[in-house]
Amino acid sequence: MYNLTIAELAKGLRAGEFSSVELTQTYLQRIHQHSELNAYVTVTDELALQQAQAADAKLASGDASLLTGIPIAQKDIFCTLGVKTTCGSKMLDNFIAPYNATVVDKLNQAGVVMLGKVNMDEFAMGSSNETSYYGPTKNPWNTNTVPGGSSGGSATAVAARLAVCATGTDTGGSIRQPAALCGITGLKPTYGRVSRYGMIAYASSLDQGGPMTRSAEDAAILLQAMAGFDEKDSTSVDQPVPNYLADLNKPLAGLKIGLPKEFFTADLNSDMVATLEAGINHYRQLGAEVKEISMPTLKMAIPAYYVIAPAECSANLSRFDGVRFGYRCENPADLADLYTRSRGEAFGKEVKRRILMGTYALSAGYYDAYYIKAQKIRRLISDDFKNALAEVDVIMGPVTPTPAFGIGEKLANPIEMYLSDIYTIAINLAGLPAMSIPAGFINGLPVGLQIIGNYFDEARLLNVAHQYQQVTGWHQQVPKGFE
Amino acid sequence: MSLTASDVKKIAHLARLGIDDQDVESYANDLSGMLDLMTQMSELDTNNVIPMAHPLDQIQRLRPDVVTEHNQREHFQAIAPQVEDGLYLVPKVIE
Repeated sequence: MYNLTIAELAKGLRAGEFSSVELTQTYLQRIHQHSELNAYVTVTDELALQQAQAADAKLASGDASLLTGIPIAQKDIFCTLGVKTTCGSKMLDNFIAPYNATVVDKLNQAGVVMLGKVNMDEFAMGSSNETSYYGPTKNPWNTNTVPGGSSGGSATAVAARLAVCATGTDTGGSIRQPAALCGITGLKPTYGRVSRYGMIAYASSLDQGGPMTRSAEDAAILLQAMAGFDEKDSTSVDQPVPNYLADLNKPLAGLKIGLPKEFFTADLNSDMVATLEAGINHYRQLGAEVKEISMPTLKMAIPAYYVIAPAECSANLSRFDGVRFGYRCENPADLADLYTRSRGEAFGKEVKRRILMGTYALSAGYYDAYYIKAQKIRRLISDDFKNALAEVDVIMGPVTPTPAFGIGEKLANPIEMYLSDIYTIAINLAGLPAMSIPAGFINGLPVGLQIIGNYFDEARLLNVAHQYQQVTGWHQQVPKGFE
Repeated sequence: MSLTASDVKKIAHLARLGIDDQDVESYANDLSGMLDLMTQMSELDTNNVIPMAHPLDQIQRLRPDVVTEHNQREHFQAIAPQVEDGLYLVPKVIE
């Protein structure tokens, strides 16, 4: 039962092969059985069973969506009314949100069953899930390796069958990179497609929520419920949401795929190149035309990102001051001491590093040299993508430079960790949608293929991913011990 | 470009962020490394480029000037560290 996709489960639930309560009990049992993966921060057993009972009633009455009764894991960055929302930080270890994120409301309306809240890098700052206050989540393909981050708990939960699907958020690759390292399907939508209301902010001009699933079809089902205009999010885009399932089966003959030569340099090792090449060959066989393209400013994405994201982080995280909610230090001497110590005691090292960097970049005398310069480069990168996407329908490339790395391997060297985001962050700067789909293995560890599309062209990305998944079985592989 | 320990302390003060004395050196190193990365940006001529603040160049929406938020003080204060008579309590600011 726990190997079935959303579409298969929806059929089984309607045919009466099993109930949502039975399905939920199976998943809850697996979550507790595999607690060593540290995927969940909070498991909501009781709430899940209540939601499952309600879902069964809806299914019986015929008033149900494809997601009714489907067990889901919510990334612990989405505020959930009455359930602890930690964002992976000591700062919010005691935080029970007084409202639901729009994404949570929308999914609840669709009838999902929330199994719990999953682990993540602290405030979504990290690429390995190691910066979480609750300890690292482990990659089910090899528990000595990281699941990626920041949505590492989401990726592990889906890959290890501890949830049917999960929500994630992506500021610089935080959906796509863990999806790649855990062998699942992840989609970062166009900036503004999914509401950011109640999604704890890291870098507001880059943050975007999206689905993490076992197949492109499941991603289409989940995105359908998540996407849409929300007046509570001032950057939400008021544009109709298409039917993401409608185009899944469109043939790919004539599809134009661009491969940026800047993605396939000597920095990418030959095993990765061979695995990606094999994936791209499937597209040739499906009738796609593949051509090399050039995007010269791509290499500037890392410096620009590591100015813009920390700058926005330092502004966003100034709200955590120990006054209205969250952690407060003991016996503050005065107000300055209350702020300084509450923040100092409750933020972890990576968060502090980015607050310091951002504060510096925004401070008097440096603002133009760093922040404005980075925003100008951001436009050049975005123009590069616009030019490329005028020539081709989608762009393909790696998601990560290597498969999953060892726990502790890169923690001591933050710059090296940042450099591993090279293939994902330019997409956030441009605000484009992109997916990661499983495309093979190296030494038993999954490799992701990235598909980048034009603004609001999620339906095409899902179609391109789904067609690949009709002729390959990489997305159906299950880590050993979790079958 | 490199930052010194005293630069780091100054930045930490601006951010009202407590950092342990023993960590100051390592932050100075990390931030210097990040700044080295950022100096690469100067390789690109951006003289006539308009800074990009929003991926879709969207501006803030306006809405009708009507009340949309209602008073939820008790609800919000239920999660506050210290409140009294509907007020958030902090250490005394004015003697």
